[in-house]
Amino acid sequence: MKILVAVKRVLDANVKVRVKADGSGMELANAKMAMNPFCEIAVEQAVRMKEAGQAEEIIAVSIGPQACQEQLRTALALGCDRGILVTADDEVAPLQVAKMLRELVEREGAGLVILGKQSIDSDNNQVGQMLAALGGMGQGTFACRAELADDRILVTREIDGGEQTVSLELPAVITTDLRLNEPRYASLPNIMKAKRKPIEQLTPADLNVDTDSNLKTLRILPPAERAAGILVESVEDLVGKLRNEARVI
Amino acid sequence: MSILVVAEHDNHELRPATLNAVTCAREIAAHLENSAIHLLVAGHDCAVVADAGAAIAGIGKVIQADATSLGRQLPEDMAPLLRELAGNYSHVLAPASTTGKNFMPRLAALLDVAQISDISAVESADTFVRPIYAGNALATVQSSDPVKVITVRATAFDAGATGSNKAPIASFEFSLEQDLSRFVSENLSISERPELTSANVVISGGRGMQNGENFVMLEKIADKLNAAMGASRAAVDAGFVPNDMQVGQTGKIVAPDLYIAVGISGAIQHLAGMKDSKVIVAINKDAEAPIFQVADFGLVADLFKALPELEQAL
Repeated sequence: MKILVAVKRVLDANVKVRVKADGSGMELANAKMAMNPFCEIAVEQAVRMKEAGQAEEIIAVSIGPQACQEQLRTALALGCDRGILVTADDEVAPLQVAKMLRELVEREGAGLVILGKQSIDSDNNQVGQMLAALGGMGQGTFACRAELADDRILVTREIDGGEQTVSLELPAVITTDLRLNEPRYASLPNIMKAKRKPIEQLTPADLNVDTDSNLKTLRILPPAERAAGILVESVEDLVGKLRNEARVI
Repeated sequence: MSILVVAEHDNHELRPATLNAVTCAREIAAHLENSAIHLLVAGHDCAVVADAGAAIAGIGKVIQADATSLGRQLPEDMAPLLRELAGNYSHVLAPASTTGKNFMPRLAALLDVAQISDISAVESADTFVRPIYAGNALATVQSSDPVKVITVRATAFDAGATGSNKAPIASFEFSLEQDLSRFVSENLSISERPELTSANVVISGGRGMQNGENFVMLEKIADKLNAAMGASRAAVDAGFVPNDMQVGQTGKIVAPDLYIAVGISGAIQHLAGMKDSKVIVAINKDAEAPIFQVADFGLVADLFKALPELEQAL
């Protein structure tokens, strides 16, 4: 079985982000970028399945500017076999990303697609579900466990009330939640080896996808700041303030 | 054109987030002419939910799709159902819960339209505000799609009134045989406490709690305040408490009247899930912890001393 994994280049999760003064977007110039944390979990899951003899090949796909090569190299160093970069300079919306991935799933004959449940920049949480719909596949979103069972895959999902397990026909789409696994670090020899692994370059047109979206971002503004709070001296003081000033207890 | 709201329920009870989504629908309807709001109750043996939905103020009609296959509201069943209905509507809304987030993007893809996630404000019938970057920015987005498929951040809209209305209930026949996905099992946390996302008071513990047993100290306070219990990602990852307690960017979004963060340092990912709370209290022994930057009342103290004192004082 081939596994396709999608990886997104995003602002590093530990970097404090600022909104541009003109409302046109975020201050990302010279900011530290990284692989989306949920995508790291997706890569790890694919690599573990290959190590367990459940997959022969892992293909990592990234869609975005040339700089996404960095994240693809990271995926290759972690154990993916080859990369595909679909170059697009402007941000591509989830539906268009899903359309490109659908085309790649078909071309490659992937038996399983693993993606992060959401990217920590746009916070959409859509691509996996859309890809599953377009490809006529079942979806196991927000996964915390996944195991092959005959010709299907059992996926346990983190849901609001607890956990839910579904059995999906293959090929299927899985989106990862935080507890699926703990991603490894790439070793130096593997980082060196990754430099020789192939990355194919494609354009959205190669995949017959028009990147125009009907959803336009008009402006991006910072949220209202909370008024500064105070430090209280004791529990007694705290309870007094909650009772008499804030009146919330 | 009318607006369709998808009810959140478990075949027995209507979940409160539905009422917030209806308020959002009413805000959108105010920008439209002659726009009715319909509520879809899709499930199995869910008549009691349809009745509850019919009582929500502002609902013009309840559509009840009752079928064995819809009992678990799997997206592989829900999205095709909604696709059949969506042609009659300008907007389809659902709460941004793990259920809504599961089937709404699938619906949008079937309709070949964008999906608008987790909106927190309505500017007009086609323009909405949604948080991005863990709530560190608010994006205003405009859709030109014929059907707007939207998930609603429940805490950003008031819960609509209920009890006054008696909307007609129409049944909608839908059956689909699919084997893409089968429900296997469910393991739900059973709690007597208020639901985390709609509670008036939430008390959450973080890594500082040191282990799961110590959460009993929070439970005792929660009992006194009729509070829901939450946790930071660190506490969930460490195995102290189950995942459904996680508050944050990728967990639950809460905005209670009072949020008490205990032993939580305040990573931006956690703040994203609670910083719209009305009053925030932080108890942490590290005076430099970022949680104090959003707290209205901060107490720099050892939580193992402060919690028993707090329990006594309440």
